Amino acid sequence: MSIGRSQVDVRNEKGFDSSSFITVKDLYKTFHTPVGQVDVLKGINLTVSKGDIFGIIGFSGAGKSTLIRCLNRMEVADSGVVRIGEQQIFNLSKKELNLYRQKIGMIFQQFNLFDSRTVFNNVAYPLEIAGYKKPAIKRRVEEILGLVELSDKINSYPGQLSGGQKQRVGIARALANNPDVLLSDEATSALDPKTTLSVLDILKDINRKLGLTIILITHELDVIKYACNHMAVLENGVIVETGAVRDVFFNPASETAKLFVKINANFAVNQWVREGEAI
Amino acid sequence: MNLMNSSFFAVIKSAFGSEVWAIITPAIVDTVYMTVLTMVFTLVLGLILGIVLLVTAEEGVHPLPLFNKVIGAVVNVLRSLPSMILIILTLPLSRMVIGKAYGPGACIFALVVSCVPMFARLVENSIMEVPKGKIEAAKAMGTPNFQLIIKVLIPEALPSLIRSFTIAVIAIISVTALAGSFGAGGLGDVAVRFGYSRFKTDILIAAVVVLVIIVQLVQFIGDSLSKYIIKKRFLI
Repeated sequence: MSIGRSQVDVRNEKGFDSSSFITVKDLYKTFHTPVGQVDVLKGINLTVSKGDIFGIIGFSGAGKSTLIRCLNRMEVADSGVVRIGEQQIFNLSKKELNLYRQKIGMIFQQFNLFDSRTVFNNVAYPLEIAGYKKPAIKRRVEEILGLVELSDKINSYPGQLSGGQKQRVGIARALANNPDVLLSDEATSALDPKTTLSVLDILKDINRKLGLTIILITHELDVIKYACNHMAVLENGVIVETGAVRDVFFNPASETAKLFVKINANFAVNQWVREGEAI
Repeated sequence: MNLMNSSFFAVIKSAFGSEVWAIITPAIVDTVYMTVLTMVFTLVLGLILGIVLLVTAEEGVHPLPLFNKVIGAVVNVLRSLPSMILIILTLPLSRMVIGKAYGPGACIFALVVSCVPMFARLVENSIMEVPKGKIEAAKAMGTPNFQLIIKVLIPEALPSLIRSFTIAVIAIISVTALAGSFGAGGLGDVAVRFGYSRFKTDILIAAVVVLVIIVQLVQFIGDSLSKYIIKKRFLI
C-alpha cells in the first residue's frame, strides 16, 4: 500500500506538493553484536509527501529509531536508497553530510539540550554551525522562540526548565535553521499527557505555518491520531501497513495495527461496557 | 634546630622565625614558578592529548584505532614509570634544549612528561561523562568534529574538567617537590637538604606547612570554580 495522491487528506490538499518528497527504498540494516546478528530493518519502503506529518508507529524493538536515524544518516544502512528532495543521502561526503544535516531538524525523547548554554544559545547553536553572523542569529532566535512561546525564558538555562519547556527549546533549536524536514524521535514519550498535547500542538502549528514536513516515531497511537495525516506501522523491521491515519485506525489490516487500535480503543472500558458495568 | 637539641615548641616557634623564612621564601618562589609553568603546559598538552585519545577511540567521533592504540600505549608506559625515573630519564633532554640539567627551568621537561599523560587520562574520563545524546544531537545538526570539541564537549564537561585539573595541579606540586631533590630547587629541595640531611626540623616543618597551604588553596579554588559553574547552570 502506498500513500499516493488518492489518499491525501483534506488538510494536505491546499497548496502543498503531494508528490513524494521523502523516498525510502529497500532499506536494510543489520547490527552485529557480540551475541549475534540482529536484522533491524528488512527492506523498508516508504514515501512521504511534502508538508505531511507522517507518523511511524511500532512496539519496542520494531526498528523505529533505527529507521528515523537512517533518514539523516546518524545510522548508516547496509543497503537501500534514502532520497529527500533531490538529495540521495548515501552518496554524500562527510562535508556534504554535515551541510545536509543542517537542513534536517531532529528532536529527541531526552531533549538533548546543551546544559552549558542558555535557551538563547541552545537555539543559536545550529545557526553558529551554519555560519550566520551575530545580528542575524539574534533576530532568528528571538523569532523562533516567539513561535514556541518561550520568549520569557530566553536567558534561562535548561536546568531551570520543565520537560515540556525543554522540548519546546528542542523544537526551536531544530527549526532555527529553516529545515526541510523535522524528525521527531519519540519526542513526547518522556512527557505527561497534557505536555504531550501542547508539544503536538506546536508541531501542528509549525507544520501549518511553515509547510514543514514532519516525520515522527512513537509507540502511542494517540500521538499519531492527534498530529499525523499519514502513518506507517512498523513490525519487526518491516512496514506492514501504511495509509491515511483514519483509514488505518478504522480498518487496520495488520495484526500490529489491530493490536494498537485495540489498546488505544481502551479495551478495558470496552469490556466494562460489554459486562454492563459502565454507562 | 631539631627535636634532639630543642623542645617541640622551640622548634615550632623557630619554624615561623625570620631565619627559616629567609631560606623558605626563595624556595616558595621556585616551587610556584615550576608549578605554574608546568600547569600551563599540562593544561594545553594534556587537554589536546586527552581529546585526541577520546576522539580517535573506536567508539569516538573520528576513529583511528591503530593511532589510538599507539598513543594509548605511550601514555600508559609514561604513566607506569615512577616520576623519579622520568626525572632522571629527561635530564639529558633538558641539557640538550636549555643547556643545563639543574635549576627550576630544567625540571619542567620531567614535570610535563610525567604530568601530561596523567591529565590526559583525566580529561578523557571527564569528557566521557558528557551524555551520548548531546553528542548525537550536535552531530544530527551537522556539527563538524572540531566544532563539536570546542562548542559541545569542552563546555559540557567543564565542571568535571576543572575538578580533573585540580587533581592534576596537586600532583604537579608533589612531583615538583620530588624534582627538588634532583637539583631543581624549591620546597622539596629545601626539605631534603635542610630537613633530612641536616636535621633542621624547623625548616622541614615550615616547608610542609607551606606545601599544605598551597595544596589546600588549589583544592579550594578548583572546587569553588567547578561548583560555581554547576550552580550557574542550575544542575543542582
